[in-house]
Amino acid sequence: MPIIEVAGKSYETDEEGYLVNLNEWNEEVAGYLAQSENVVMTDQHWEVINFLREYYDEFQIAPAVRVLTKAIGKKLGAEKGNSQYLYELFPYGPAKQACKIGGLPKPTGCI
Amino acid sequence: MAAASFETPAFREYPSVPALKPDAMAHLQPYVANEKIQEALGLPGKLVDDWHDVAIARMGDLLGKYRGLRVFMDSCVHCGACTDKCHYFIGSADPKNMPVARQELFRSVYRRYFTLPGKLFPKLVGARDLTKDVLDEWFSYFWQCSECRRCSVFCPYGIDTAEVTMAARAVLDTVGYGQKYSNEILGKVTKIGNNLGLPGPALLDTLEGLEEDVKADTGVDVKFPLDVKGAEILLVTPSADFFAEPHIESLIGYGKVFHAAGASWTLSSHASEAGNFGLFTGDYALMKKIATRIRDAALELGVKRIIVGECGHAWRVTYSFWNTLVGLGAGGTDPYAIEFQKQLDPRYPQPMHICEYTWDLIERGVLKFDKSLNDHRTITFHDSCNVARGSRMGDRAGGQFDIPRNIIKAVANNYVDMEAGTIREKTFCCGGGGGVLTDDLLELRVKGALPRMEALKQVADSRNVNFMATICAICKAQFTKVLPYYGFKMGVVGGVHQLVSTAIRLEGQE
Repeated sequence: MPIIEVAGKSYETDEEGYLVNLNEWNEEVAGYLAQSENVVMTDQHWEVINFLREYYDEFQIAPAVRVLTKAIGKKLGAEKGNSQYLYELFPYGPAKQACKIGGLPKPTGCI
Repeated sequence: MAAASFETPAFREYPSVPALKPDAMAHLQPYVANEKIQEALGLPGKLVDDWHDVAIARMGDLLGKYRGLRVFMDSCVHCGACTDKCHYFIGSADPKNMPVARQELFRSVYRRYFTLPGKLFPKLVGARDLTKDVLDEWFSYFWQCSECRRCSVFCPYGIDTAEVTMAARAVLDTVGYGQKYSNEILGKVTKIGNNLGLPGPALLDTLEGLEEDVKADTGVDVKFPLDVKGAEILLVTPSADFFAEPHIESLIGYGKVFHAAGASWTLSSHASEAGNFGLFTGDYALMKKIATRIRDAALELGVKRIIVGECGHAWRVTYSFWNTLVGLGAGGTDPYAIEFQKQLDPRYPQPMHICEYTWDLIERGVLKFDKSLNDHRTITFHDSCNVARGSRMGDRAGGQFDIPRNIIKAVANNYVDMEAGTIREKTFCCGGGGGVLTDDLLELRVKGALPRMEALKQVADSRNVNFMATICAICKAQFTKVLPYYGFKMGVVGGVHQLVSTAIRLEGQE
């Protein structure tokens, strides 16, 4: 498995760059993973990442795209509660890219 | 995800056989499943030391068990009718993606070990030893097939090429050379109950959220019940319907249809997946295990009917294979099969496709629609391979083609078919089916989508088509990803029940 080095510490990732040990995640690692995805993190990005992690803590899975858009809409205003806004933040797809940066496992299946 | 370094194929002025580019796709392999993923399925964690002998033994086992496979090995005359019928060959121009050449990778090994001329004079009959290079080649090219069976439609001998792909993948799994994407999913569905790994509480939370959304949209209390004992209908649907866009729009559509019909229905957290990737990896035992979860849930909940949501290969597995998998309709003799058959209501087809269910209600005038609500759309229908070529629907031949189209025409005013050679039984695969819907095979997926994208482009340009409906979770996810590569918006794809959801008028709706 590939190893990434961030701020002098090493972390194991899978072939696709997802963190293997979810509890090793921290903001510096998130920054590194975002950079590898060509995503420049802003407060708006962090809102999404923080929500994903809270949801994951409760349910052991990333939220459905609809659950995520609704939550973001409530927090940041209805005009941002849609998947188009999320795709602007995470162009490769909010589910997969935001999970990666947030240190969560990759969602699998027919998605 | 690093930007993929490949070129999207250009639209061709006249669809024609591409000039060959030998080994154009030889570099492409999916990720190999790691030990944890493999062992969860009872498969060897990594390539076993005596892989050669194990592989040949497994081939022999499959050839003995599946008479069809042996016939397919022997009956090909290399006429070439299939060569240009494969979307991956058309999009990649790699000659090994010609269906006949892909099968030859397996057939040449078959000849060497299982036929007399191949044993005695291998060079004369094009027989090959199974070397590590050959095994690697299998892993590459048998994961560049979506088992869509379009080539089989054109084969004068009726060779089911997907069976060959399944056999090769089964051998690879047996020696510890599994594909990460499919085997990880198989691990989740057998442990948690769905391909996503969505646990019960998360499913419940998602469904409650949907009820709120539909209430806010329509003012009507449409329910999405979970684990309701004594419900009449069990709906099994791909777990992507709970999670992804545009899939969830169809789930909302099913809910509205059940509501309008006054049906008593439920979803199950134990069997929260209609899909069955055991079909893709050619693992009959796993297929059975996954199908049995649905039977278990049906017995536990006491339902009288089973309805399957918009999922292509799920419908093929339930419609075509449930007789031997769970003993439905074939006089299964184990006590659970007997109980299952007794419990299900014989007045209805079992299982039933959600499109059959909705179409029946439409024909009986139970559902009310305002078709003009779909007037912003000009719609075409993409036949999904496993529905089109692996099953039927309703009680008339061709029902699997006509029923979804009839529904669309009943809920919308503007419908246009794509070019005849690209639809119905000759439909082109979306490019993501059969276990290749993964980021590590994105190049294959984009290239394989070319023929479907060309047909869509033609009706988009000439007839203003702006919506392509389909009844498969894989097709929906695949097109959402690849449409932008061909200059379309990802929202061009959606479900048939998404269109139903738009137009249906519920009693008391605001």
